[in-house]
Amino acid sequence: MKDRSLRSLSLFLLMGVFAPARGQSGGELHFCLHGEPKTFNPVLVDEEASENVRYLTGGVLIRLNRQSQALEPALATSWEISRDRRTITFHLRKDLHFSDGTPFSAEDVAYTMKLLMDPQTHSPTGDAFRSGEGSLEVRTPAADLVVITFPAPIAGLDRLFDQVAILSAHSPKKEMAVLGPFFVSDYKPGSYVLLARNPNYWKRDARGHALPYLDSVRLDIQRNRDIELLRFRRGELQLINRLDAEQFERLRHDNPAATRNAGTGLDAEEFWFNESPTAPLSEHKKAWFHMTEFRQAVSMAINRADLCRIVYGGYAKPAYGPVSPSNHFWFNSSLEDPKYDPKGALAMLKRAGFRYENEVLKDSSGNRVEFNLITNSGNAPREKMSVMIQQDLLQVGIKVNVVTLDFPSLIERMTRTLEYDACLLGLVNTDLDPDSQMTVWLSSGENHQWNPNQKTPATSWEAEIDKLMKEQASARTDKERKVKFDRVQQIVAEQQPFIYLINKDVLLAVSPALVGTAPVVLNPQAFWNAETLQLAAGTELGAHK
Amino acid sequence: MKPSKIVRMVSAGFLCTVFLAGLFAGGVARYSYATQFRELPNSTPSTAHYLGTDGLGRDLFARVLYGTRISLLLAPGAALLSTLIAGVFGALAGLVGGWCEKVILASADLCMALPLLFVLLALRALLPLDVDPAVSVVATFVLLGLLGWPSSLRVVWAASRNMRRSDFLLLANATGCPRWRILLRHVLPNLRAVTFAQFWISIPIFVLSEATLSMLGLGVMEPLPSWGNLLRGLEDFSVVSANPWRMCPLVVLVLVVISFQLVLPRQEEIA
Repeated sequence: MKDRSLRSLSLFLLMGVFAPARGQSGGELHFCLHGEPKTFNPVLVDEEASENVRYLTGGVLIRLNRQSQALEPALATSWEISRDRRTITFHLRKDLHFSDGTPFSAEDVAYTMKLLMDPQTHSPTGDAFRSGEGSLEVRTPAADLVVITFPAPIAGLDRLFDQVAILSAHSPKKEMAVLGPFFVSDYKPGSYVLLARNPNYWKRDARGHALPYLDSVRLDIQRNRDIELLRFRRGELQLINRLDAEQFERLRHDNPAATRNAGTGLDAEEFWFNESPTAPLSEHKKAWFHMTEFRQAVSMAINRADLCRIVYGGYAKPAYGPVSPSNHFWFNSSLEDPKYDPKGALAMLKRAGFRYENEVLKDSSGNRVEFNLITNSGNAPREKMSVMIQQDLLQVGIKVNVVTLDFPSLIERMTRTLEYDACLLGLVNTDLDPDSQMTVWLSSGENHQWNPNQKTPATSWEAEIDKLMKEQASARTDKERKVKFDRVQQIVAEQQPFIYLINKDVLLAVSPALVGTAPVVLNPQAFWNAETLQLAAGTELGAHK
Repeated sequence: MKPSKIVRMVSAGFLCTVFLAGLFAGGVARYSYATQFRELPNSTPSTAHYLGTDGLGRDLFARVLYGTRISLLLAPGAALLSTLIAGVFGALAGLVGGWCEKVILASADLCMALPLLFVLLALRALLPLDVDPAVSVVATFVLLGLLGWPSSLRVVWAASRNMRRSDFLLLANATGCPRWRILLRHVLPNLRAVTFAQFWISIPIFVLSEATLSMLGLGVMEPLPSWGNLLRGLEDFSVVSANPWRMCPLVVLVLVVISFQLVLPRQEEIA
């Protein structure tokens, strides 16, 4: 009998040791914001810190599931979009209340949309809905029914509502009354934002328990990433939403269980040649940069695998196009990956009229092929990539002068003086939908970096991209849009106006004490499912009072 | 032999060794400073790479030697330029006096009031981009030389002002000695010690200024090494703690700056 009891005890202890940590309701989650939130008004959000607070506090009609990348009903149980893509009808959940107890109805949706689209509000979120001239029309035929009509068709209309946190039309607390899992209960500027559990949150787990599980979330304002990592290592924080490769490797060395790689991210690093006709560049340089074969050869001569391995310690993947493979729906998987082939690059350059003499590349007029590559100083990975590109292109006889500039000077040269040959920077993609890249691909766009603000497209392929981007924006189904955008990706791969280099991995730190995490590549990577996160028993912090 | 003299000789010997190693870097180093051994990033010291490699797989020994050449050849050049400016205008202000003195001192004070780093940053950004790394090196040190004179000017001015009231100049004037002769035979020989000291003091200051500029990415352009951009490799603390030999450029810099201070004759010796 005694022996059996001991065996049972041993088994119990083993289970205690080896079973995964089990969460419990309650407790306070701690992590950092990397800047001061400028606003708690969800319609005015335009930076990351405020966006994170909005994500945790705001109730939306439709939520984009960050893991499946599919839209899910939230405050709206269902929705329909009209054939002309101008009107969306929402069927709302009934008997919901804001965090302060004010009832939720269609009136609140109408109020939020009108506020969002009011030009006086200057809402960055509202800008995405401004598709044409005219005013918004919102009808509320019933307390649980809203019909919103926009002046012009909007591509990916339903997806845009993931960013629209509904405000109360009647609450005396204004924007501080929320429908999300948490509400802002305390804020000390420069120090922290404390979010408390919303007792009126509508969502429940599969067993019918009210969500969120956590009592509160404390967001410490900490700009210094090294201090943030130090605090995580001390156990004062339970997650870091994004780490760079060096920090990740350092943490992995000490505490591998706390490191999580969510996979290839959406952000890309790329470089481009200045193809603006008004740029103060010599004519022969302009001629090289306009030449498709030149851009293709440069792209072919860059060893992207080395960039990933050496600069990012292996935590990046070679990038070949404007859409990351982690963007499941919009990525054009039929495109071929260009190979690293310096000999092929040289042969291509020779076919295009260049001469390779004494390890120096010259154009048909005898000018040495040499250009400067600017990037922002202080960004170690970009500086390293520039030096590696310099070495790679030297193999085909191209001399690259790497110039690092402080960011304001760089932007000045990129946007105003156009006094540069090539520029290496990164493109931050927060949205999956190609419509968010409209200003990049339209030749009239200000972010069409290689030749911005064109009155008419300078080349036939840019004209084709313009046409395709406009067509995809007004296409009726996502399938039709995808066909058009696939062709855009194909043109970009052929013409190489941007020479894509790498897609960084999304690296995070998550304490083993935090149960239920499932890091993803979309923002907010670590806490997108904050409502279902739990702290393992006996691991509460609470030391920051 | 006095201990101070021994220290001075050791310092001078060290400086000469470092200077010669930098000057003949091409013969001493086995590899180019720019060659990237991409299979060996952050490698440990070995017979192939005496000081290991940096983050891009470049031979650190070669980079330290070539960096030494650049920093130790161009810093004295910049120091000479700034001392020349300080000497000419400082002596002029001290000897002539009046409005000339006021204008020169006001200009020096204005320059000292401006944050040097900010001015350097702005001027560097104004420079043309299409430059060879070698040109960027020269541009960096010329900028340092052109902007580093105000404090030296103040010292030279103070010395020459004292001289203006000295008895020997009064006598020279009274005997009808021409101005050019007073300047060449009486003033300049007496300012020599001060300007000489300012020149030696300026060298380590410019070495450190270049290091600061390169730390900010505004100094010597890649792939050319300098002590400054070699020190940038120390920003990554985890790499440095795992590879302590990466501290070598810092050690050389510290020893050179200390040696420059020790090699200078003391004030009483100058007097």
